[in-house]
Amino acid sequence: MEFTHVDGDDTIAVTIFSLSTCGHCRRTKTFLQEKGIAYDYIDVDLLSGETFTEVYDLVKSYNPRGSFPTIVIGEKKQVIVGDRLDEIAAAVGIAI
Amino acid sequence: MINQSDIERRYLAIKEQAEKSGYHLNPDEDFAKELVHGILTNEERYGFAACPCRLCVGPREENLDIICPCDYRDQDITEFGVCYCALYVSKDVAAGITPVSYIPDRRAPPGKCDSGDPKQTEVPEDEKSSLLQEGRPLLYPVFRCRVCGYLCARTSPPETCPICGAASDRFEKYLQ
Repeated sequence: MEFTHVDGDDTIAVTIFSLSTCGHCRRTKTFLQEKGIAYDYIDVDLLSGETFTEVYDLVKSYNPRGSFPTIVIGEKKQVIVGDRLDEIAAAVGIAI
Repeated sequence: MINQSDIERRYLAIKEQAEKSGYHLNPDEDFAKELVHGILTNEERYGFAACPCRLCVGPREENLDIICPCDYRDQDITEFGVCYCALYVSKDVAAGITPVSYIPDRRAPPGKCDSGDPKQTEVPEDEKSSLLQEGRPLLYPVFRCRVCGYLCARTSPPETCPICGAASDRFEKYLQ
């Protein structure tokens, strides 16, 4: 499973399961980047074969609908689905 | 490779078609163009214009419902003011009166067939022809534009009549 790391404040772990073509996914990534929050992401639409199945099963374990972006935050693995920037900001402890 | 002029050209074509038939694109033009870029990418990758915000698995036949404009667009615009990817928006959202928000996907989750949407309920072919028989409910009510007579079978009238441009309150329920 190859995640791409984006540098920033890594106090709280943020993982984004995204689609490379999706506007909501891009908005989420841009938001975190602008706020200087570190995150790891994987574009699920670019995967194939076993890796795809493995990663998509993981996405569905966090978000049974299997929709994007699925964002997993912190040790407690809080799951936020969609570019709900205010919820994401609250979860990583920043002001919008 | 998709270049900026491909995106511009497709964006303008979608916008023109949308406006001609009473739809509106997201007022955030850069966001809308990113979605168009996604549509073009999917077209190149899968051979059809799959929704940029949904995961496309399997052949075209299994993804007909998410080819843009998707089966769920109109219902989502009516209910939430935006379609799932937010390329298409309601008149109020387009005018900046209502903000755009992230909405749930109306499409059935993977591995499930019944989303509660009547569109998902398969009707056997031999029953389709008898739907108009007495006592049999329609899958969708039929609305009639009182201005031009346009008929459409859907859960609610369109925001704007795609034929004559009349507002949704000019529609009447014609068949139920």
